[in-house]
Amino acid sequence: MLRLEPRREPSAAMVYGAPVLAIALTLIAGSLLFAALGHNPAKALRVFFVEPLSSAYGLAELCLKATPLALCAIGLAIGFRAGVWNIGAEGQLVVGAIAGGGAALLFPNGGSAWLVVLAGIAGALGGLAWAGVPAWLRTRFNANEILTSLMLTYVAGLLLQYLVIGPWKDPMGFNFPQSKTFHRDLMLPKLIEGQRLNAGAVIALLAIIGGWIMLSRSLLGFQVRVIGLAPAAGIYAGFVPRRMVWFTLLLSGALAGLAGAFEVTGPIGQLLPSISPGYGFTAIIVAFLGRLHPIGILAASLLIALTYLGGEAAQIMLRLPIAATGVFQGMLLFFLLACDVLIRYRIRFGTLGRKGALS
Amino acid sequence: MALKGIRKEFPGTIANDDVSLDVAPGQIHALLGQNGAGKSTLVKMIYGVLKPDAGSMSWEGRSVEIDSPNAARVLGIGMVFQHFSLFESLTVAENISLAVGGDEPLAKLAERVAAVGARFGLTIDPRRHVHDLSVGERQRVEIVRCLMREPKLLIMDEPTSVLTPQETDVLFGTLRKLSEAGCSLLYISHKLGEIQALCHKATILRGGRVVGACDPRTESPRSMAEMMIGGSFAEAHREPRPPRGQARLAVAGLKTATGLPFATEIKEVSFGVHPGEVFGIAGVAGSGQAELLAALSGEAPVADPAAIKIDGKPVGNLGAAARRDLGLAFVPEERLGRGAVPPMDLTENTILTGYRARKLANGSWLDRTAARDEALRIIADLGVVARGPEAEAASLSGGNLQKFIVGREIGQTPRLLIVAQPTWGVDAGAAARIHNALLALAEAGSAILVISQDLDELFQLCDRVAVLYHGRLSTPTLASETDVQRIGLQMGGMFEAAEHAHA
Repeated sequence: MLRLEPRREPSAAMVYGAPVLAIALTLIAGSLLFAALGHNPAKALRVFFVEPLSSAYGLAELCLKATPLALCAIGLAIGFRAGVWNIGAEGQLVVGAIAGGGAALLFPNGGSAWLVVLAGIAGALGGLAWAGVPAWLRTRFNANEILTSLMLTYVAGLLLQYLVIGPWKDPMGFNFPQSKTFHRDLMLPKLIEGQRLNAGAVIALLAIIGGWIMLSRSLLGFQVRVIGLAPAAGIYAGFVPRRMVWFTLLLSGALAGLAGAFEVTGPIGQLLPSISPGYGFTAIIVAFLGRLHPIGILAASLLIALTYLGGEAAQIMLRLPIAATGVFQGMLLFFLLACDVLIRYRIRFGTLGRKGALS
Repeated sequence: MALKGIRKEFPGTIANDDVSLDVAPGQIHALLGQNGAGKSTLVKMIYGVLKPDAGSMSWEGRSVEIDSPNAARVLGIGMVFQHFSLFESLTVAENISLAVGGDEPLAKLAERVAAVGARFGLTIDPRRHVHDLSVGERQRVEIVRCLMREPKLLIMDEPTSVLTPQETDVLFGTLRKLSEAGCSLLYISHKLGEIQALCHKATILRGGRVVGACDPRTESPRSMAEMMIGGSFAEAHREPRPPRGQARLAVAGLKTATGLPFATEIKEVSFGVHPGEVFGIAGVAGSGQAELLAALSGEAPVADPAAIKIDGKPVGNLGAAARRDLGLAFVPEERLGRGAVPPMDLTENTILTGYRARKLANGSWLDRTAARDEALRIIADLGVVARGPEAEAASLSGGNLQKFIVGREIGQTPRLLIVAQPTWGVDAGAAARIHNALLALAEAGSAILVISQDLDELFQLCDRVAVLYHGRLSTPTLASETDVQRIGLQMGGMFEAAEHAHA
């Protein structure tokens, strides 16, 4: 029989070393996978992880893809630190895209370059409202936010499909399920001429710095950490757990909504039936890979963005299916969780020992 | 059982160094020492929970290595922990059957339980459910459970902290019978008076080393305390005074309804604590202290605002933060996870309750510099043994964390201080320090409510004492007009008998 036995003192170095170890194990397992598929592992890993970084275009794309991941992950991480498990950032992102895109569609002829700010605010409010539902259900009925936020993700996806097939469909769009393209004034300004990278990346970076300052310096961040680490101590100190549920869910919802609005007013430029390759879910991996710390999340969002780019490159150059991206992200999370378990526990073989004690 | 040159190191500290100890058959051997002196570590090694780094153990003359509690039990070593591990919804016999193992029929086991119980004066009905039993009875179940394996050495960690004085006498009778039957006892307690009454020999630990051994029957509690500390100390003393002025904390007809199973509900409790007064509430564990404390601190507000008043202001429905703004400070029973956040350092744990009372947050931002200074001051004032303000709360020993939490709350110079078990698990020197700090606060005009199971402590500190039993409170009495015997009867629920004894 196999059993797990708690270690007396988990090594402090390993707690931070685990993500590095998980990345190394992912690369090894990935090599084996490539070899099994008949590719030279060294060459395949090069295509997957190195070539996307070898051009200015690649680097700009990397930051573009990291933007929604970082925005969602920083919000989720603050919630996770407080013990609030928002799993529905994907749905909040989609509703943010609907609200931001809807605002953009109100101004088909533009008017001012500031209108894009309005679209961003609308997106944040949309995500916030969507996350407010699980917050209300949790505080009013004690309904588990993991389930409610996850289920609302599918509702959001269907709502977007209904809108682009029905009322918001572009009449000139040859019956394709898509909205009109937004006016130039409602598109985020580009950071580098000729690249798709836009001002959203700056906002994401500010969100990470803001999250860092809030968690480490503010009384609010202190409350988040206390409630997460020791709820009874939080109540003892006079903090209100219900308020933390509301705060963290609304904050993570607003940030995910902002990410959604940035996607449609940035690289996409219109509403489509599917506007995210699962950024909201992948952000959960980003948050844990970054150890729920803002700086860790910055690094993790860039790394995970690379798996998206690498997956695309592998699709083109190695003729691998797009699922390769998901496989790599999944392996990374699996190895990280496995490392975490083995840092806290050791594996023992055999049943509860009844060995003789005399020596 | 003999230990020789035992050494155990943890990162940063040496918990035990060159400890040697002999326990003769039938001997009741006391292990004495301040918090962090290494008593628990030593006992854990004997019981196979920890492994010594150096040294040897021998058992009945043979050298042994005990690598698990199971190995210890096979040898004949039993341990009764401070916290019980019984299933509430099972009967006594079922609980014991789970621990003993084997496929002995329950009825036959029940007979054996009754027989063992009768032999050692541990009357217990094996068919009763554990949730119906009093704390003292539950402890008997724990002891019987150990005795079923016929141990030759029984380790007991602070066994009397949950007992009334009368129950303690019964326990001592049992332990003496065990000793006469040839079973050795290793007895850990901070109550030196008990050790004097019970034990044949005492080994004193300080800083992980054996600093002395004595025959407790020829020593006084004070001389033993001084051996533990390695110096003398000033014991707190106070003449009981009747209450004066308007009550700062007024409780009237307080009721709680938690709706939780196994919680003791508070039924119509009324009392007042006046400025400059130390008011004590006695009672065995589980008499409703936890529920009363949560209602008073604001962690579990009650429906009726007027049931609790601070300076005449109804606060029953207010939360903990609002009550702290009115000058309340509170030391809870649980130190880790309630009084302090385990993985946070002492600086952040100072902010935990001082963010408004000590202005350790200006507006919405933490003032870490001020918090660190405050933590340093607490560490110095109470003599907290810690690496410094950067030490994690979880890294402190229980007694040192208690000193830190008491110091933090007293440092807010509260108008009203509520303290649960102020010196639970704290050694005599530190206890005297905490007692003196509490009395100084009362002298300065604060109202203090002490809830404790230690009657000596209550009589030492309090002006008036009342007893909580099954969620009801006895009539408060001036400490000089009652005594340990009478309070002890009330702790057992005999309010009327105590009144008669009084009349």
